[in-house]
Amino acid sequence: MDVVVVLFLFAGLFFFTGGAIGILRFPDFYSRLHPAGKLDTLGLLLSMIALALFNLHHFSLGTVLTSAKIIIIVVFVFLASPTATHAIVDAGVRAGLGPWTKGEQRR
Amino acid sequence: MDGQGEEGLASKGSRTGSGNGSAGAEAQPRRLYFYPFFLTFIIMFVVWVFLSGKFDPFHMSLGLVSCAIVSYLSADLLFPSRVTKGAFGQWLRFVKYIPWLLIQIVKASLHVTYLVFHPRMMDLIDPRIIKFRSKLTSDLALVTFANSITLTPGTITVYVSVDGDFKVHAIDKASGDPLPGEMEAKISKTFGEV
Repeated sequence: MDVVVVLFLFAGLFFFTGGAIGILRFPDFYSRLHPAGKLDTLGLLLSMIALALFNLHHFSLGTVLTSAKIIIIVVFVFLASPTATHAIVDAGVRAGLGPWTKGEQRR
Repeated sequence: MDGQGEEGLASKGSRTGSGNGSAGAEAQPRRLYFYPFFLTFIIMFVVWVFLSGKFDPFHMSLGLVSCAIVSYLSADLLFPSRVTKGAFGQWLRFVKYIPWLLIQIVKASLHVTYLVFHPRMMDLIDPRIIKFRSKLTSDLALVTFANSITLTPGTITVYVSVDGDFKVHAIDKASGDPLPGEMEAKISKTFGEV
């Protein structure tokens, strides 16, 4: 059980790290949102599953409820994250920022 | 959307009708009015029990009272149109759609992580805006499609119109090419559109 939890946690941290490095490396506003908005979502899913499993160590009604609440957090993020990303992209488009295309200077 | 507006009007009419009396002809609208209320109430109460985790009579009765008030006020928010027979099957099909979406998310995430860690990342990425027209018609299907596109890494929905015009920002050619394709087909099956 502990092995599974650690595996999930490390997979989650791997995607979080990828998201953070992606924000720094990608060339412009829109492409930075790709790792920012989505790799974090998957990282959160994996690490929260790990926490929910770890919490079930002492199996009782209380821990099951706590794990269910953790899963509810994941569901909420899965609904909220694309909506927030879309709002940020929309703000960029409204402000008139064009997307970076191949061959241009980094911004 | 015109169809939904008409439906909203129709359900409003049936509500005023149900308040007048309980003749045999009005049994149908009355049932349609109470069904969303009880469904909302049950959902609210399940969430209450979930979040409180206390089963003593005091907290349960508090939950009953507040859930009744909230679902009386907001039953027509959660179920704006009349609940049709297909709604339950639609939820089942939606639940079946989620695992497929998760697999797509993991696959696409691995692709974007590969791009992020690649030393020559600037040569590999080729951001572009794709425009296409979706066959989906209902609001809910379009929203699900837009959010699914945004959830799969490598693609962000920039703009959706009511008619189904999509603008999608894709990080490279491989991410953008499968759209609309399979995902749209799955969603149109989920929401029972042709």
